Amino acid sequence: MAQAAAVAKAPAPPRRRRASATPRRLPYLLIAPAALLMVGFIAYPVISVFYYSLQNYNPTKPWRNGYAGFDNFVHAFTDDPQFWDTLTFSAQWVFVEVGLQLLFGLALALIVNQTFVGRALGRALVFSPWAVSGVLTSVIWVLLYNSQTGITRYLADVGIGSYGTSWLSDTATVFPAAIVADLWRGVPFFAILILADLQSVSKDLYEAAEVDGASRLKQFWHITLPHLKDAIVLSTLLRAVWEFNNVDLLYTLTNGGPAGETTTLPLYIANTSVDAHNFGYASALTTVAFVILLVCSMVYLRLSKFGGEGK
Amino acid sequence: MITKEATEVAPAPAPVTPAAEQRPRRKQRAWDEAPRWQIYVPLSIYLLFTLIPFYWILLFALRRPGSTSLVPWPMTFEHFEKVWNDRDFGVYFQNSVLTGLATLVLTTVVALAGGYALARFDFRIKRGFMIALLCTQFVPGALLLVPLFQIFAELKMINSLASVIIAETVFQLPLSMILISGFIRNVPYSLEEAAWVDGCNRFTAFRIVVLPLLRPGLIAVGSFAFVHAWNHFLFALMFLSDQSKQTIPVGLNTLMSSDSVDLGALAAGGIIAAVPVVIVFAFIQKWLITGFSAGAVKG
Repeated sequence: MAQAAAVAKAPAPPRRRRASATPRRLPYLLIAPAALLMVGFIAYPVISVFYYSLQNYNPTKPWRNGYAGFDNFVHAFTDDPQFWDTLTFSAQWVFVEVGLQLLFGLALALIVNQTFVGRALGRALVFSPWAVSGVLTSVIWVLLYNSQTGITRYLADVGIGSYGTSWLSDTATVFPAAIVADLWRGVPFFAILILADLQSVSKDLYEAAEVDGASRLKQFWHITLPHLKDAIVLSTLLRAVWEFNNVDLLYTLTNGGPAGETTTLPLYIANTSVDAHNFGYASALTTVAFVILLVCSMVYLRLSKFGGEGK
Repeated sequence: MITKEATEVAPAPAPVTPAAEQRPRRKQRAWDEAPRWQIYVPLSIYLLFTLIPFYWILLFALRRPGSTSLVPWPMTFEHFEKVWNDRDFGVYFQNSVLTGLATLVLTTVVALAGGYALARFDFRIKRGFMIALLCTQFVPGALLLVPLFQIFAELKMINSLASVIIAETVFQLPLSMILISGFIRNVPYSLEEAAWVDGCNRFTAFRIVVLPLLRPGLIAVGSFAFVHAWNHFLFALMFLSDQSKQTIPVGLNTLMSSDSVDLGALAAGGIIAAVPVVIVFAFIQKWLITGFSAGAVKG
């Protein structure tokens, strides 16, 4: 760095002072806007959530506000079945979604990585739901699952499902129905990321394997998969966190129903804070959610030996 | 790390390479031997799953009210007119475009500055800052709704698009900055240094030499920011109470949660929500994958 500055100085004397003065302060100036925004609108809210988690705080019942110690946490773990229900559902949701999205996304990426006629169009169409929002996904699947005019009515014609009830309002079908809707837009995410990483596999490796007579399955297992490992670990982790936190789809598709059957923990928290105004308790639940996410992520990264064994 | 592994293994097949150079077509064959049906059959099945929902919403948006025909014929645009004029989607559209573009510009500019610092300087808090960036990925925006609401209320920004723009930008920033610093690191520092020797200052050197090379990456990051702000729903729902301020996803939610849902209008509203995103997507597709393989994975 110092060398570079020295080189810059010589031919441009008028800039000498700036060139020598900037490098020290410049990086701080450059990250300042980002840092300020993040402190003000992420760090500060997070800290206030931690603070309120130890308080009774409910704007509609101000007479009960005040320090609560760990009461909120104790209540959540010992006295709130809804907390456990929604947490279990969240885990189920994340596990099934991420697993299936990875499976289909990997398969799709491998397919569209081949050379075939119509590949560009195929890729564009396969990836297209990626950019569709959670709300729009809900709109589309509400139309599909509509009991009178949806596609499920036509499925009922051929004996799949029954007439009259929407798949979204039946406790027996709502989980798979919501899973499929979210898969529809989630699979392209993995397909895109994995395809991007597939492009960097050295062709020589396959060629060598070919010469050694390895089958395509073996090539996949011993070359492709190890190469993709880091990308898979990272994308599943990001996706899992995202699936856990994201409430757009379920909020608009089922609004947590029927009968609370599809309420995730974040949805429950949002309801507790926004509708019930019980902000102290919601903050405690948020804190619990943070800790769970953090611990799970650490364990996951450790177990998957992310980044290779010290290479 | 990935590339390292590849190069470490690569020396092994060295004896084979001369043969390969004589017959370069072999290189392609390795992964290309899949029988055609193994490509087209699963792809077609998946495409049905992808495309039927799109067809279904188009069908509802274009066929006459009360029609149960499975083809959108005779075609009508009355649902679009209705949703655009009577249901205020014209206004929502404007608000959404404004929010999306402002988020795009703000995110790209701020992330570019920060990304450059991370890529080109060593400074004391750099490591801590990087860790902070990664940590924000675990912070769910949805769970910070109430404190964010309080902050914006304090700043008198509730019911103004500025609150949504700031909130969207803040949650887009960390990942954008990590991506952009990866892109910048891929541009050799010597290029910049050469420009300094030619008399450019740091900023001009960056603008003339580095910025053009960042184009694919910036397009990927910028369109992410736009699409994300365009699609996102909760912040707008919470921070904007005035109907004339709301964005398209909120409008869709209102249509969906009304007592008797007008499916035609809902479908037309959905199409309006999808159009800009589809255009952006068609435009950036080829940059998306190169952009990702250049920066994201190595991050």
